[in-house]
Amino acid sequence: MSEVAGRSKVLWSIVGWLVVFVFFFPVLWMWLEGFKTEPQAASTPPTILFVPTLAEFQEVLSGDFPPFFINSAIASIGSTLLVLVLGLPAAYALAIRPVKRSRDVLFFFISTRFLPFAASLVPLYLLARDLQLLDNILALVLIYTTINLPLGVWLLRSFLLEIPHDLFEAARVDGASFHHEILRIVVPLIAPGLAATSLICLIFSWNEFFYAVNLTSSVAATAPLFLVSFISGRGLFYAKLAAAATLASLPVLLAGWIAQRQLIRGLTMGAVK
Amino acid sequence: MRASAAAAFSRDAWARRLPLLPAFIYVFLVTQVPFVLTIYYSFFSWNLLKPGSFQFAGLENYSALLTNESIRTAIWNTVLLTLAVIGFSVVIGLGVAVLLNSEVFGKGLMRTLMIAPFLIMPTAGALIWKDTLLNPLFGLLPYLLTPVGLGRVDIVNQFPMVTVVAVEVWRWTPFMMLIILAGLQSQNPEVLEAARVDGANAFQAFRRITLPLVRPFIELGALLGSLFVVQTFDSIFMLTFGGPGEDTTNIPFLLYLVAFQGFSIGQASAIGVVAVIITTIVATFALRTLFSIFQIEARR
Repeated sequence: MSEVAGRSKVLWSIVGWLVVFVFFFPVLWMWLEGFKTEPQAASTPPTILFVPTLAEFQEVLSGDFPPFFINSAIASIGSTLLVLVLGLPAAYALAIRPVKRSRDVLFFFISTRFLPFAASLVPLYLLARDLQLLDNILALVLIYTTINLPLGVWLLRSFLLEIPHDLFEAARVDGASFHHEILRIVVPLIAPGLAATSLICLIFSWNEFFYAVNLTSSVAATAPLFLVSFISGRGLFYAKLAAAATLASLPVLLAGWIAQRQLIRGLTMGAVK
Repeated sequence: MRASAAAAFSRDAWARRLPLLPAFIYVFLVTQVPFVLTIYYSFFSWNLLKPGSFQFAGLENYSALLTNESIRTAIWNTVLLTLAVIGFSVVIGLGVAVLLNSEVFGKGLMRTLMIAPFLIMPTAGALIWKDTLLNPLFGLLPYLLTPVGLGRVDIVNQFPMVTVVAVEVWRWTPFMMLIILAGLQSQNPEVLEAARVDGANAFQAFRRITLPLVRPFIELGALLGSLFVVQTFDSIFMLTFGGPGEDTTNIPFLLYLVAFQGFSIGQASAIGVVAVIITTIVATFALRTLFSIFQIEARR
């Protein structure tokens, strides 16, 4: 590498890291605040050097946070499983042995994902009320399934299209049934795709707030709702707030980082690889 | 003979359709039925707190929307918020993507850290911004701005829309960056090299070769992003609760207020219909771009 190229690499690296620092800083600050004591978290000038303490994390975890966390886990994992169970056969019918007008069907699925949440909130609320599903985690499981199913179908289809068609021809000559094809050929071959799809679904359902805040109140409230209780609070509570925000964000942050390579594919419904 | 062939054909068609049906019926029921109900309710006057108040109102809810100051403010806020957020995040995202696609130290780690704002729970991110970074008394930013004479300003209250836009740009820039970076990485480096050899400088090469190539990716990012940003609710709820006044009330937040603070189901439903109309316009363009990228990818 020439000296000029080397110098420009250093220069651009510095610029790049500055930008990344600005974007990452709020996350870093959230972590730091969570490990402080309340007086340290609210001090002026801000405390930079301190002995980290787990006190606030312990307080959040021993307090009323766990039920919210568990509700989030049920809603996200439950809906993700439903997406896989319903979505994989549908993706098969759109990729391997396509139905007629499969393009229209794909179009239909994705158009429902773009229907604003606002358009269906009121009827879903009334429906949940009449079915005794208000403040019931089942309502969120069912709704998150609807939100993620179009995405799941598109993504799984894009993974299925990558399987060589000969494999299915061969299996069919051997007289394999649909179940056999799904379980013996599809699932093993697109295991990474199933994992990526699950992680994307988890990300969307874990962070969901609009339906959660309107359809649940106490029993079925999810992690984002726990954070709402901090809006009105006054006084010294920043360390606790930061610890709670860190814990609430952790699953998705980890899932997103693990699925980094697949994230882009998931966000663009499989269009960009 | 012919009849049995037709029967076999239709049996095959149904065998193909069967795996699709559960998902199709499920999505159809949970999205289309409520949507039709929303349209239905929008023609009624109905206050949830007043039993027996359910009565046909014709176009009253819609004519109320036309004369209502709140809905006009909300539409304007929605448009402003979406355009500002998408505009800034695309430009910054493009810049970061170009940086991450060039020769820099620690690319992988940069990318990993950069996507964090997109993954952080929006309610959590908004709280962190509001309470630990922007709070006039204890926040970090007012403290840092004090020497420049800007300190102790209540940023969230004085510049509510700027705050919401900033937090959303922080969240959506990584999204744009990821999509544009994927576009940049699909570029054949030899083409750029050839342009260099032909005497094009870096800027010319970027404008003439790279930019046209990543344009569909930028469009896709902008359109998909706007479908999400139009629905912004979490950060408004946490940062400003639509205020002060109605300064940051967008359509989803107005619907929330009308439906769950005012309990006017008919009025809220009419707002929902307006939201669908606006979204459909954007979505039509988004889907067209999505399909064109599919075709580009398929050709490769």
